[in-house]
Amino acid sequence: MNIMAELAIIFGVCLISEGIAALLPVAFPASVIALLLLGLLLFSKIINPENIRRFSGFLVANMAFFFLPACVGVMEHAPAILGQLVPFFLISCLTTPVVYFVTAWSVQWLIRLSREKGAKKHA
Amino acid sequence: MLDTLLSSPFFGLTLTAAAWCFGCWVQKKTGMLLCNPLLIAVALIIAVLSVFRIPYETYSAGGNFIHLMLGPVTAVLALNIYNQRAILREHFLPVLAGCLVGSLTSLASVLSLCKLFHVDEALAASLMPKSVTTAIAMGIAESHGGVAGIAAAAVMVAGITGAIFAPLFAKLFHITEPAAEGLAIGACSHALGTTRALEIGPVQGAMSSIAICVCGILTSILSLFL
Repeated sequence: MNIMAELAIIFGVCLISEGIAALLPVAFPASVIALLLLGLLLFSKIINPENIRRFSGFLVANMAFFFLPACVGVMEHAPAILGQLVPFFLISCLTTPVVYFVTAWSVQWLIRLSREKGAKKHA
Repeated sequence: MLDTLLSSPFFGLTLTAAAWCFGCWVQKKTGMLLCNPLLIAVALIIAVLSVFRIPYETYSAGGNFIHLMLGPVTAVLALNIYNQRAILREHFLPVLAGCLVGSLTSLASVLSLCKLFHVDEALAASLMPKSVTTAIAMGIAESHGGVAGIAAAAVMVAGITGAIFAPLFAKLFHITEPAAEGLAIGACSHALGTTRALEIGPVQGAMSSIAICVCGILTSILSLFL
């Protein structure tokens, strides 16, 4: 497909999502609505992944590049962050093993439970 | 003359693209996880702006064009889910349950620690989505009055912690099911963790990759209730 048509599809999905986000009574990120909308269009076969292959490939391959300006924006908030640097690092690091443990343990329990049920059925 | 150059949006665009290339080059040369291209490029841009006393607004005239692409970047994550629909269908219940539990745990643990340390609301809103992938985390932080850049920094810390310690966590917590291990890595340390999960095994990699998007969507929905 024409690369400009690919741009039109993806930009169009984002535009519609901004409209939906403005209509919602709650603060829901328009970008996540765009993700859900594009997912819906893909799963319902309205859009073929081939139709957006080149532009999406470019975006995915260079994803972190698009985060740069927002990260540089942190310098505007430097005084506020520097004052809370210790809690920032503690919270970011400490919660990671907690999330790992709870997720891994629940999924492992669920898998073993369904396996036991399966074994009982066969027995 | 210099003012004309600086006030052009091309200044921010050129600086960002050049800094990004430099970051990628350093990562390639060193091969170290901590030499993340994003981290290096951000440090370089902030250094250039500070040394030459260029205000952030001057930079953001160009930077805003790049920031605008955050929407399309998040949207195409849908392809990630679509491409893995077969695995998702096969393991639907464990994936959904694991990601739901993971997202809830992340939100609850971050917010209770924020209360404990008395951090202000803007920082709490920025830390809240720290377990999900950067594009989604930035959107959640901004829509809750947080700062996208701080969210990105917290996401990076979580990602690096998970990527380094994932094998240790599995041993420590006696996790032997590959699917459980993969989902947990994706739920706590998103894309950075997934690169590590792929090294551990194919099942771990696939599960971790699915967890990135599912946790992102669930966290943005769950954070509405906070």
